[in-house]
Amino acid sequence: MAHGPAKGIGRWLFATNHKDIGTMYLWFSFAMFILGGSFAMIIRAELFAPGMQLVKPEFFNQMTTMHGLVMVFGAIMPSFVGLANWMIPLQIGAPDMALPRMNNLSFWILPFGFALLASTLFMEGGAPNFGWTFYAPLSTTYAPDTVNFFIFGVHIIGASSIMGAINIIATVLNLRAPGMTMMKLPLFVWTWLITAFLLVAVMPVLAGVVTMMLMDINFGTSFFDAAGGGDPVLFQHIFWFFGHPEVYIIILPAFGVVSAIIPAFSRKPLFGYSSMVYATSAIAFLSFIVWAHHMFTTGMPIAGELYFMYATMLIAVPTGVKVFNWIATMFQGSLSFETPMLFAIAFVILFTFGGFTGLMLAVAPADIQYHDSYFVVGHFHYVMVAGAVFSMTAAVYYWLPKWSGRMYDETMGKVQFWVAFIGFNIAFIPQHFLGLAGMPRRYADYALQFTDWNMVSSIGAFMYGAAQLMFLYNVIRTIVAGEPTNVEKTWEGAEGLEWTVATPAPFHTFSTPPEVK
Amino acid sequence: MPQGVTGVSNDIYDLHMTVVWICVWISVVVYGVMFYSMFAHRKSKGYKAANFHESTTVELLWTILPVLILVWVAFPSTKSLIELYDTSEADIDIKVTGYQWKWQYEYLGEGVEFMSELTTSESSIYNESPKTEYYLTEVNEPLVLPIGKKIRFLLTAKDVIHAWWVPDLGVKRDAVPGFINETWAKIDEPGIYRGFCAELCGKGHAFMPVVVNAVTEDEYQKWLADKKVAAAAEREMAKQTFTLEQLMVKGEAAYNRSCAACHMANGEGIPGAFPGLKGSAIALGPVDKHLDSVVNGVSGTAMQAFGGQLSEVDLAAIITYERNAWGNDVGDMVQPLDVLKFKQGQ
Amino acid sequence: MATDSNYYVPEESRLPVLTAMSLGLMALGSGLWLNDGGSGVLLVGTAVLVSVMYIWFRTVIRENIAGMNSDQLKRSYVWGMSWFIFSEVMFFAVFFGALFYIRTLALPWLGGEGDKSDMIHLVWPEFTAQWPLMETPAQAAGSDEFVGPGQNLSFPGWDKLMGWLPLWNTIVLLTSSVTCHFAHHAMKHDDRKKFNIWLGVTVLLGFIFLVLQYEEYHHAYTEMGLTLESGIYGSTFFMLTGFHGFHVTMGTFMLLIQLIRGLKGHFSSDDQFGFEASSWYWHFVDVVWVGLFLFVYVLA
Ligand code: HEA
Ligand code: HEA
Ligand code: CUA
Ligand SMILES: [Cu+2]
Repeated sequence: MAHGPAKGIGRWLFATNHKDIGTMYLWFSFAMFILGGSFAMIIRAELFAPGMQLVKPEFFNQMTTMHGLVMVFGAIMPSFVGLANWMIPLQIGAPDMALPRMNNLSFWILPFGFALLASTLFMEGGAPNFGWTFYAPLSTTYAPDTVNFFIFGVHIIGASSIMGAINIIATVLNLRAPGMTMMKLPLFVWTWLITAFLLVAVMPVLAGVVTMMLMDINFGTSFFDAAGGGDPVLFQHIFWFFGHPEVYIIILPAFGVVSAIIPAFSRKPLFGYSSMVYATSAIAFLSFIVWAHHMFTTGMPIAGELYFMYATMLIAVPTGVKVFNWIATMFQGSLSFETPMLFAIAFVILFTFGGFTGLMLAVAPADIQYHDSYFVVGHFHYVMVAGAVFSMTAAVYYWLPKWSGRMYDETMGKVQFWVAFIGFNIAFIPQHFLGLAGMPRRYADYALQFTDWNMVSSIGAFMYGAAQLMFLYNVIRTIVAGEPTNVEKTWEGAEGLEWTVATPAPFHTFSTPPEVK
Repeated sequence: MPQGVTGVSNDIYDLHMTVVWICVWISVVVYGVMFYSMFAHRKSKGYKAANFHESTTVELLWTILPVLILVWVAFPSTKSLIELYDTSEADIDIKVTGYQWKWQYEYLGEGVEFMSELTTSESSIYNESPKTEYYLTEVNEPLVLPIGKKIRFLLTAKDVIHAWWVPDLGVKRDAVPGFINETWAKIDEPGIYRGFCAELCGKGHAFMPVVVNAVTEDEYQKWLADKKVAAAAEREMAKQTFTLEQLMVKGEAAYNRSCAACHMANGEGIPGAFPGLKGSAIALGPVDKHLDSVVNGVSGTAMQAFGGQLSEVDLAAIITYERNAWGNDVGDMVQPLDVLKFKQGQ
Repeated sequence: MATDSNYYVPEESRLPVLTAMSLGLMALGSGLWLNDGGSGVLLVGTAVLVSVMYIWFRTVIRENIAGMNSDQLKRSYVWGMSWFIFSEVMFFAVFFGALFYIRTLALPWLGGEGDKSDMIHLVWPEFTAQWPLMETPAQAAGSDEFVGPGQNLSFPGWDKLMGWLPLWNTIVLLTSSVTCHFAHHAMKHDDRKKFNIWLGVTVLLGFIFLVLQYEEYHHAYTEMGLTLESGIYGSTFFMLTGFHGFHVTMGTFMLLIQLIRGLKGHFSSDDQFGFEASSWYWHFVDVVWVGLFLFVYVLA
């Protein structure tokens, strides 16, 4: 098996190599990020001023929906799976993923799935227009015919996620190098192991709920129709039973990345490793029992409201432990601020902020005012963009030299960081104000008192978008023209097996597993 | 966030402020430590890294502290949630029904009900005419409520889920088709309070505002009396017969208000989403079928039952209009009485 | 290369991307089919999938026989199958969850019981909650949008016990689980003959179950007026039993393959993963049925 990569496109189509597949995942997710981002730009441009300028309301709703779907399922999730493919075998000293062919299958489903999803934009009736949460009956009885393509698209994308997750679990549990005990695993591996478990647990739930929609739409069942004895709110319960763990599926790997980068640039071991592991597990467990905090206004009985309020608040505790551990790691370290560290620190600051707004939302009576307002939009962009996306960016800068054997340009990295950081805050802080001032989300047009902050938000959004273009440029420039490097350990303070292999990482690594003492 | 004009909205406001300050203080500590080490412990200053990486005591500390803080938050939250859920002993019951894309208000036991729709013109939405002060927050008829009375809102919807939100009243509740959700408000000060539909409900989601006009008890009683008179007159009108011309005029107006959103003003609909009526089998077919689909809706589709939404006059006018507009030329007409008969006939 | 220290990484393979393509075609095809664009694409997609799957499993089996699979890789397969079954469990959990929610919360609320608005009669004046739901709210309101079932398949009472299909289904399926276990036991002692016999019996029982299930559906549709459309009872009933039936079909098919392999002389006391995986799946399908029997048929 000492053979190198095949030549030509076959290398990618038929790949069984975790590095190649990882690379494909990463590029695919970035393409999706650009796509979803472009949708966001259309949203922001339309919302720049009151009145309908660019698009019609029905198309605006399609933009909002597709933006959410593409970003969550097409950009963020695959990007971290790509990272897992690249790094997990390297970090646990495995030759490859446990099931390489299934690995390839998991990836190649995605282009087909998203091609199907995107193609609805050009069909009669248009793309999904019922929000990424596709509440029934707007997504069933009142949906455009294209909803069927959406449903089957979700089915195969879900299948892809499940297989990817199973693969990761099998790899971590079964392919660790001798001596690499569970409590020696790098935190990125731990967080992914737990994420994979969440995926296997909730992706089938998503499949189940879209299947019910399918039946209601085409085969006359009445799951979500009171006239037949069903209940539209049942849809929301099932969706959020998937949906809430989903948001931690998005953030846990990000936690792992940050837990790798902060010690590296603090030149000091991660503080409270084991408490990190327990905290992550606690978050995963709690994520299963808080789903209805998205439904505080649906008229649940008060007992339910109270329970879900308390349970949700609890999540602040383990998450807090993680935040505190990161800071304790930095404390009395010997810090330096290369681009990955900058993004990691920004992650801690902004994610914590997003967490605080999350906690405010968890307070049920207050959520009566926040719910479905731009305050929520502000909240989840802080945790998902400044959380997931920032940590992903940090990860790329951190490991790109190892992958490509070339060093990125530090100044350009720093410039991108500051544009992104400033742009991001200009874009999303105002959305909290808008929400508190009473602007509902998913609005194609708004009353005049919301004008100013929307303008500011749009400007920030364009700025942040520009930063993404810089990022794209930086990455490509590094790969084609970056300063060549072959030091195994790119970063002085970096720890872990991935830094023991040659740079750039050869096609096959750890064919015979290393000894970990 | 507005402090609002009800007990609940004030409680929510205070709760909001408490939590904000808690978060601010925690951030001060957390970010404080962080920025300190970012400043003091940097390599460029030649600071040597310490090597501690574990301490069960601090771990416990920063597990327990947050818990305590949260418990502290939980108490007032629980209190105001219970208050917010107590819909008992209401003086007035108002049924609020969400439609795509308007609200219907029914004063239970008073025989008064009406539709409240956006009055902002297409042209100002599409920037062809200037936007006035209450752009997108103005309706043909606001919900009139007395101050100082406990009002119970009974929310439901006829098509998709909507959410009835008035920030100043501290009220937001989903209107779920087929179910009733209860909430309440006791308004302290007279005034006009504007809100929105807060649950994505289709393309008109941003265009179905809520306007509440809170008045004193006597003004309210007077208004209610007038409404009852008007309702009676409305019923009278249904007994008259109209000429085709009259119906066509009324019909065009009513059609553009209630039907054009989906079937389009030119009757061509939106391919793939909403069927056209121009030359359609229904509009050109037998009257009864046409009546049926307008009055009772078409189950399993987006076509609502307009029987309960529109007056006999409007229904008659609309159907007549649909059968004789855009080159449809059935020539026959439907009188309000026919509609009434049809309704009673089933 | 069958040692622990040297994991077998397969060569590049054409199979996965073809599988992905066929799934893409099937998704597209199903959509087209439902939006009456014909079933051509769907059929092609399915055909490709089936043939690729055939080749794929054949390849894996050959690799295994060629001894290319290290024990470690086999462990990976074990993990893979176990977690796949777990995901299936979650899938069924959704429909059971929906059933419980409807029965214990939604219907009572619609009937004006429970801790929700007592004004529900504004929407459904005539409706009263019951389970199995024989008259839907729409019906009670005099509309024919959703018509409840004529009869339901709940426990008919001791006298009619013997003629009650679900009972027989349960007996058949439970027995099949036992015979499946016997087969496993036999193979563990390299008793190929017994293995084939017991496995044969298991497959047969699985088949019988499917026949009975078909019988039940036929009866429901033709005589009992119980269909997918008959309100939430019909919806939940056919969704749960239907998906279970589909899984039994898959399981029977998988076991059939293993039987053929057994007859071909595959497997040995220390290497029989193909069979074991299928048998786990079979036991899982069995457990689901017990749940169904309890919550869909008996406790109604
Ligand atoms: C990465 C994704 C992510 C993450 C990590 C979170 C994290 C959290 N979210 Fe968020 N959330 C979303 C993504 C995410 N969320 C999305 C996408 C939506 C909208 C979905 C939609 O409707 O479209 C949403 C919506 C949402 C709602 C519904 C709002 C509404 O629609 O009305 C609520 C309500 O409770 C909520 C709560 C929380 C809480 C309590 C956390 C907690 O995990 C946060 C915990 C972290 C901290 C609290 C900060 C650090 C802690 C400390 C420093 C310790 C000390 C602090 C205290 C003691 C207060 N979120
Ligand atoms: C992790 C997921 C994720 C990410 C990364 C983002 C990224 C962004 N999101 Fe959003 N967003 C969601 C998940 C995400 N979002 C979800 C789940 C919803 C809810 C949907 C719903 O309500 O159903 C939502 C909704 C949402 C809304 C509310 C829409 C509405 O309620 O109607 C808005 C509005 O401002 C918005 C904006 C943005 C912006 C400006 C970015 C930016 O960060 C994007 C930056 C990236 C780019 C811009 C692409 C790269 C650059 C180019 C393509 C070149 C062109 C650039 C320029 C012209 C400058 N998002
Ligand atoms: Cu009605 Cu949104
Ligand atoms: Cu959540």
